Amino acid sequence: MAANPIEQFEIKNLIPLGNIGGQEIAFTNSALFMVGAVALITLGFTAATAGRSLVPGRAQAAAEMLYEFVANTLRQSAGEKGMKFFPFVFSLFMFVLTCNMLGMIPGFFTVTSHVIVTFALAILVIGTVIVYGFVKHGTHFLGLFVPSGVPAWLLPFMVVIELISFLSRPISLSLRLFANMLAGHVALKVFAGFIVALGGLAASGGMTGVLGVAGAALPLAMAVALTAFEFLVAFLQAYVFTILTCIYLHDALHPGH
Amino acid sequence: MAKPDERKDGAGKPADGGPADLSARLRHLDEGLRRVAAHQPKDVEPASGSMSNQSALGQAFRLSAEFVSGVIAGGLLGWIIDRLAGTAPWGLIVCLLLGFCAGMLNLARASGAFPGWGGKSGQK
Repeated sequence: MAANPIEQFEIKNLIPLGNIGGQEIAFTNSALFMVGAVALITLGFTAATAGRSLVPGRAQAAAEMLYEFVANTLRQSAGEKGMKFFPFVFSLFMFVLTCNMLGMIPGFFTVTSHVIVTFALAILVIGTVIVYGFVKHGTHFLGLFVPSGVPAWLLPFMVVIELISFLSRPISLSLRLFANMLAGHVALKVFAGFIVALGGLAASGGMTGVLGVAGAALPLAMAVALTAFEFLVAFLQAYVFTILTCIYLHDALHPGH
Repeated sequence: MAKPDERKDGAGKPADGGPADLSARLRHLDEGLRRVAAHQPKDVEPASGSMSNQSALGQAFRLSAEFVSGVIAGGLLGWIIDRLAGTAPWGLIVCLLLGFCAGMLNLARASGAFPGWGGKSGQK
């Protein structure tokens, strides 16, 4: 029988660390893959930049490409002043990308398919925007909530809507990444389950067997196509997360223009 | 721009609803629409061009997330207000409706359908 498509997202306690306020604290498989992602990024970049040759080798060229890619995104969206956030944005991009890509390896856990993880990342972004905005611009930062060119009688209404729109940013940021990864992995699992179920039909022989083979080939082709598509989504969502971070940072740098 | 027409057709008695007045208003509307259509493409094209590069599914996810998050944010805000002020269920009702509006605003911004309008996040 086909495996439960939700089973892959189950959190398992690997090393119990005790209780805090009645809540069990443990080192979970999710935490393991987060540590794994960070270790992979750190080791990868340390190894890639160890040579530091003028003419880069393969690994160094890849590392430089990633740097240039994120740096250009940040420059285009947040301007030259936004480059002070580069370490933050680059870390975010690499973490999300690595977690997404690790999740694509069969049997591995996808950290970003849990909404609390993506929400924590989004809160980090919005928290940075709010704190930096208030420190840098003071109350002028509140100009972000006052749209220009709106009639006076509509203004209080619009300010409230703008405020809710701003509050919805971390939610949409986290929801998008989480929903994409969750839906992609569920779809992949469901189609893979179809192959097994219809393949079982093929073993029965006769007319049903022929139907089963034909029926199993279709979801197999679909699963192959979906796998390729999921790699695209894994990269694209990391990119979208980064570019939205840059756009929000732009708001913190230049509010109310 | 349509002022001369109006004066000619509905002289002295504006908004009489007569056929001449109606056709003048229609012409006025047509003119306005043409004016809007004339300078809209160059504003809209870059936004829609960059959107079409993404996959349709990605775009659907992006836009639905924008809208749903607005409603969720409104609902959460209303719930918290109700919790703190004890005004249940009015905070939730009002804030859900405002959240719906915010979701629509998010959608309008994300799709780039209204360039330059309140689009702080979309501007360069």
